[in-house]
Amino acid sequence: MAESEGPQAGVSHPRAPVEYFGQEKAGVLILGIGNAMRADDGVGPFVAARLAEAGLPARAHEGDGTGVIDAMAEAAHLVLVDATASGAAPGHRSMLDGLQPVPAEFFHYSTHRFGVAEAVETARALGLLPARLTIHGIEGADFSAGERLSAPVADAAGALISELLQEFAG
Amino acid sequence: MTEKIIQVDALARVEGEGALYVKLNGDVLEKCEFRIFEPPRFFEAFLQGRDYHEAPDITSRICGICPIAYIASSSQAMEQALGIEITPEIHALRRALYCGEWIQSHTLHAAMLHAPDFLGLDSAMDIARDAPDLVRKALRLKKLGNTLMEVIGGRAVHPVNTRVGGFYTAPPRAAIEALLPELDWGAQAARELALDFARFDFPDDEGDYHFVSLTHPEVYPIIEGRIGSSRGLDIAPAEWEAHFVEEHVARSNALHGHMRDGSAYLTGPLARYALNFARLSPTAQQTARDCGLGEVVTNPFKSILVRMVEVQYAVEEAARILRGYTPPAPAFVEAAAPRAGTGHGATEAPRGLCYHSYRLDGEGRIVEARIVPPTSQNQPQIEADLARVVQANLALNDGALKLRCEQTIRNYDPCISCATHFLKLTVDRG
Repeated sequence: MAESEGPQAGVSHPRAPVEYFGQEKAGVLILGIGNAMRADDGVGPFVAARLAEAGLPARAHEGDGTGVIDAMAEAAHLVLVDATASGAAPGHRSMLDGLQPVPAEFFHYSTHRFGVAEAVETARALGLLPARLTIHGIEGADFSAGERLSAPVADAAGALISELLQEFAG
Repeated sequence: MTEKIIQVDALARVEGEGALYVKLNGDVLEKCEFRIFEPPRFFEAFLQGRDYHEAPDITSRICGICPIAYIASSSQAMEQALGIEITPEIHALRRALYCGEWIQSHTLHAAMLHAPDFLGLDSAMDIARDAPDLVRKALRLKKLGNTLMEVIGGRAVHPVNTRVGGFYTAPPRAAIEALLPELDWGAQAARELALDFARFDFPDDEGDYHFVSLTHPEVYPIIEGRIGSSRGLDIAPAEWEAHFVEEHVARSNALHGHMRDGSAYLTGPLARYALNFARLSPTAQQTARDCGLGEVVTNPFKSILVRMVEVQYAVEEAARILRGYTPPAPAFVEAAAPRAGTGHGATEAPRGLCYHSYRLDGEGRIVEARIVPPTSQNQPQIEADLARVVQANLALNDGALKLRCEQTIRNYDPCISCATHFLKLTVDRG
């Protein structure tokens, strides 16, 4: 850990906040939600990292759901990628139109139980949903500690990455 | 006699996994247990053999909500062990960073997780439908806290710009100055939320608390001061072991904190406020009075108001510090050379006192680590509150009593993940 988390000379300081609910919305933002250190829960961050490397506006989000609401102010089209724990087969992919109600049981546990479903429904009640909201789920098998993806989850992630590249990089 | 059991198998709107079990025989309370089954995490063991400079980054991983508490307490302990004297500028910047954590943690708990209890609602989603302006304000305030942590700490969750001795890089003046307008908005927003919450119907309840928190003669303590109490304790953090003890109990994967005489004590917002009311800003004091609070609050259900008073204070304090910001140069103070020694750190996490101590060998490696998070310390007091609340509310039906018990636990904003470093409820009336 010393090597990978040693002195961080390159720390960049993010821009200071702008008016929270009055931003101009344009373009697409892809958020990969999850904890990269909890195996398949890291599939969202994994997808976001690959898309960001390819130049797409994508980043990981590992905090609570309120940050997802914050991100809705940033783009006209928000794409969320998250691990699901719905009981389907590992690697099973699902896609939800966030403009329809999102079932709370669908996503993997999140801190303080304020997760993606709560964030989307809270934003809906507040009138903060972006013009388009797409939610991609990939069913996880293993949520234990460790930086790895189960094989079927990695395969599903690869397929989703290709599709999102085709949709947004073209 | 009729036996009755109230059981909650997985507490909602708390961080981590815990449960509650209450057994009544007629009107006699036979058992009242707050159970933590979140798995233990063994941080103290795997820190052994690690280099001193790794402790802040490793221990910050104990909690995604309050990483700064772990970073600050461990940094302080290492600085003491190694004889590092940080500059006033670094101290001030660390304090401003910690204000960000208080703002985001307290606001998330008060508005999104605790307020639904007082409104008869199940979740923040329901409040968003009933009181959208309140939730918008809370979200914006929480974002302000996160932004403070991002600008000073490098990112909001598990900051990466902090280190033993200070910061890897000093945030640029322009990024700090850009925070000021939102901080000016935030102080008023926190006051308005406090006044909104003051209109809630609070259950009648008074706890006979032994309050324990940091105390300081000049400032409302966050990362400075001695450990004081409402019963006359006044010690340096290094004297912790002589006065406090942690013990394992079978029902919990988190150690229970006690005074050496076995008595329970309370740490957190109510304790800080009671012991340090005079150190709050006049404006935060005024908000407390306007909310109907005295200088000591013993109704734990009103902790939601004290949290918002503390948020107002934290916003004002961050603004005060950052208005006079000069990038610390150097951004950190380096240890002269590793040396054997012991250091102690005590800071005020949003949920209460966070105590660390480390023993280092001559190479600066950790030989022994002790991490005492606030929720561990508060477990015996949470059980005492539950017993008192159950006894006072036996007339309630099972559903209402169960809800009141859950509310009693959420008064503490318990961080179960930290403590296992915790809820299900069962009321058993037979």
